[in-house]
Amino acid sequence: MSAPTRRGEQVSRRDFLAATVAGGAGLVIAVELGSCAKIENKAAAIADKLEGPLPPSAFVQVAPDGAITIWITKSEIGQGVRTSLAMILAEELEADWSRIKVRNADYQSRFPDMETGGSSSVSGMWNPLRTAGAQAREMLVLAAARQWGVPATECRPEKGIVHHDKSGRRLSYGELSVRAAAMPVTAAPRLKAASDYRLIGWAIPSLDAPDRVSGKVKYGLDTVVPGMQYAVIARCPVIGGKMKGYDPAAALKVPGVLAVHEVTAGVAVIATSTWNAMQGRKALTCQWDDAAAASLNSAALSKQLRERIEQEGALVQEVGDPRKQLGAAAKVIAADYEVPFLAHAPMEPANCTASYVDGRCEIWAPTQSAGTAVSTVAARLGIAKSAVTVHVTMIGGGFGRRLLTDEVVEAAEVSRATGKPVKLTWTREDDMRHAWYRPAGVNRLQAALDVSGMPLAWTHRVATPSIDESHNPGSVKNDLDPFATDGAAIQYAIPHLRIEHAMVRNAVPVSWWRSVYASQNVFATECFLDEVAHEAGQDPVAYRRTLLARSPRELAVLELVAEKSGWGKPAPGRYQGVALHHFFSDSVVAEVAEVSVDKGVLRVHRVVCAVDCGLVVNPDGVRAQLMGGVLFGLSAALFGAITVEKGAIVQGNFDGYRVLRMSEAPVVEVHIVPSSESPKGVGEPGLPPIAPAVANAIFAATGKRVRRLPIEV
Amino acid sequence: MIQLLINGQTHEVDVLPETPLLWVLRDAVGLTGTKYGCGLGLCGACTVHIDGRPNRSCQLQVGSLAGKPITTIEGLSDDASHPVQQAWITHQVPQCGYCQSGQIMSAVALLAAKPKPTDSDIDQAMAGNICRCGTYQRIRAAIHTAAGQTGAAS
Repeated sequence: MSAPTRRGEQVSRRDFLAATVAGGAGLVIAVELGSCAKIENKAAAIADKLEGPLPPSAFVQVAPDGAITIWITKSEIGQGVRTSLAMILAEELEADWSRIKVRNADYQSRFPDMETGGSSSVSGMWNPLRTAGAQAREMLVLAAARQWGVPATECRPEKGIVHHDKSGRRLSYGELSVRAAAMPVTAAPRLKAASDYRLIGWAIPSLDAPDRVSGKVKYGLDTVVPGMQYAVIARCPVIGGKMKGYDPAAALKVPGVLAVHEVTAGVAVIATSTWNAMQGRKALTCQWDDAAAASLNSAALSKQLRERIEQEGALVQEVGDPRKQLGAAAKVIAADYEVPFLAHAPMEPANCTASYVDGRCEIWAPTQSAGTAVSTVAARLGIAKSAVTVHVTMIGGGFGRRLLTDEVVEAAEVSRATGKPVKLTWTREDDMRHAWYRPAGVNRLQAALDVSGMPLAWTHRVATPSIDESHNPGSVKNDLDPFATDGAAIQYAIPHLRIEHAMVRNAVPVSWWRSVYASQNVFATECFLDEVAHEAGQDPVAYRRTLLARSPRELAVLELVAEKSGWGKPAPGRYQGVALHHFFSDSVVAEVAEVSVDKGVLRVHRVVCAVDCGLVVNPDGVRAQLMGGVLFGLSAALFGAITVEKGAIVQGNFDGYRVLRMSEAPVVEVHIVPSSESPKGVGEPGLPPIAPAVANAIFAATGKRVRRLPIEV
Repeated sequence: MIQLLINGQTHEVDVLPETPLLWVLRDAVGLTGTKYGCGLGLCGACTVHIDGRPNRSCQLQVGSLAGKPITTIEGLSDDASHPVQQAWITHQVPQCGYCQSGQIMSAVALLAAKPKPTDSDIDQAMAGNICRCGTYQRIRAAIHTAAGQTGAAS
């Protein structure tokens, strides 16, 4: 075992406090002032007496050798936060980018919000990180000014050096770090003008790329802890089933198998390697009580949705009197759309390493929610949250799956059972069959058109389960989860509007999935709008243009995608479809898909994507995220479906659950609308428009409507 | 004990001969750059070279590999300086990066067999490597760059 542990790379809360004192100087550049006030005061009290490097603040440390460490409090799941968040702080710090090192922050009370989801990392950290960087910069400048006996206004920070131009003197940040720690913290430091940015807005290469192409990045599954054992868990194949009994004898005879323990999730097999644990699990005999859901199957689940859509749902939003308009309109059209359950299927299956010793639990987890990991482990083990430490590892894809922490809790439980550190691996089959799924749903839309073909009224009923209710029982009142209709509140100017949520409950576990409900509801709305435009005899872009006349951001995005895609002029034999969405992260995305359908074979050749995501921190990262959203959504639209038979998930691996491969991937072009608004999220919004854009292009090619996913032509 | 020749070094491993190379690399030798993604040879994340040819290490019993030269992602270079790794950096290919060890090993093998691959050569050689983040377009461009050709824009 020569691989290094993760321990050395990360700083625990205990280490942090030690560093604050041992390092001597006491600056905490607090961002969440409330939660950090105590440490800040303590630090300030010792600042005058002790010498040492500028210590780690909540976010940044400047060392005497000039190295700058930035702690990243959002999970890196491939969205590039370790680079983009560091850029934001380094910009205001006027740091030398070549001296920047980033580290994943451990969960601790000073970072109360480490949850990584909702495309919110850059937008949420924009002001805190700019402020922290600017505070540190002002302290370094003030330290230089005092050393030279000149006004701070005469000192100019640039690339890690403070210059006094009048005298030609200069001091590096490293030279200033100890003295700077004793300077007062400015509550509201001066922030740079966008025109002065040297990093923000530039395509800065990822700090992690060299390690990622060398196999050096340590993902959760690469965690090695001294004395660690390896575990897999046998689980009931049927959703919601319980264990009746098991016989460990055969498993314990498998070479390398060390122990078998019953745990909440099933039966854990612990061995000297992952492979040996898997072989032990194969030999294990378990009896399950699967009565609760043994009759559950996809046909019945689909029937449940189709019956529910016939019944009125709970009212989410009503403008005007749409039902009256529908009764009186010159023309009414209606359509139903249906989408399946989907798996996240990140390339790194769920896993976690845990070490439970003397009532404390240390966790190494590829998680999107370190805070949830702490609270769920504490609850399961019956220990205080303060007795749980979570190190957030690098992560092989998230897509919402890792907001839930089953595997973290399981690993903690197994470690407590064995008394040893343990790495729990979910096999791919575990990951696909025992996970949480994007909800299936049926959408019913109706529109009333006036004599000119424009929509007077629009109703949208969404029949789908509530994710929130399934994770926070009691959080949903009166069978109404407004979030379940996200994406139904369209941006188009239609005078009468009604949105309903028709609550559905079934046994299939559901969770947040990249873009969540917009992934299903925008498929319905943007396909239906295409149907309405066609009914009105109008071009889909022109029709949207009319309806977006008073929505300048949407209109600009639409015009850009039309221009860049060559709307109306596809290559010979190819057909175009358009879709647009204003995502909940406040980014607006429009996409034009160019497809061919030849003898029943669909090919998506090109996708042109236009986005207004506010001010762009890293344009290369924005392009990558939009491309990623498009391909993730296209994969689902073309192939994605989780089905249930006799209470069990049918698909177990990438043979049954097909995902997009390179030969099937279109060229994706991303065009960004310039903006000086604050940054909006981009991790998810590329996804919702792709399925309807492709479906609408298929209609242009074949005259057939796609109203069900995955697409069949 | 089985003797394995990995990245030019001999390793003695105490495992059953039917153990897949993937788990021997990861759990016994400590080379974690080779990734587990599916265990069935469907995703390509575990791709390594045996005698210079690409293989899915989750499908190779280690007992059949004694003495055969095995190259993993760690064996390409110490410092990301291999031309394919460099092209990957130039095009900023990785997002989460988990599949990229396998992608790069497949690409290196492709370029060894076909120094100037066409797009359809690339499609064929890379069809067994799944990426869920959506980096395929940049992978294609990087392979062209590594081949000394002009890549498609990304």
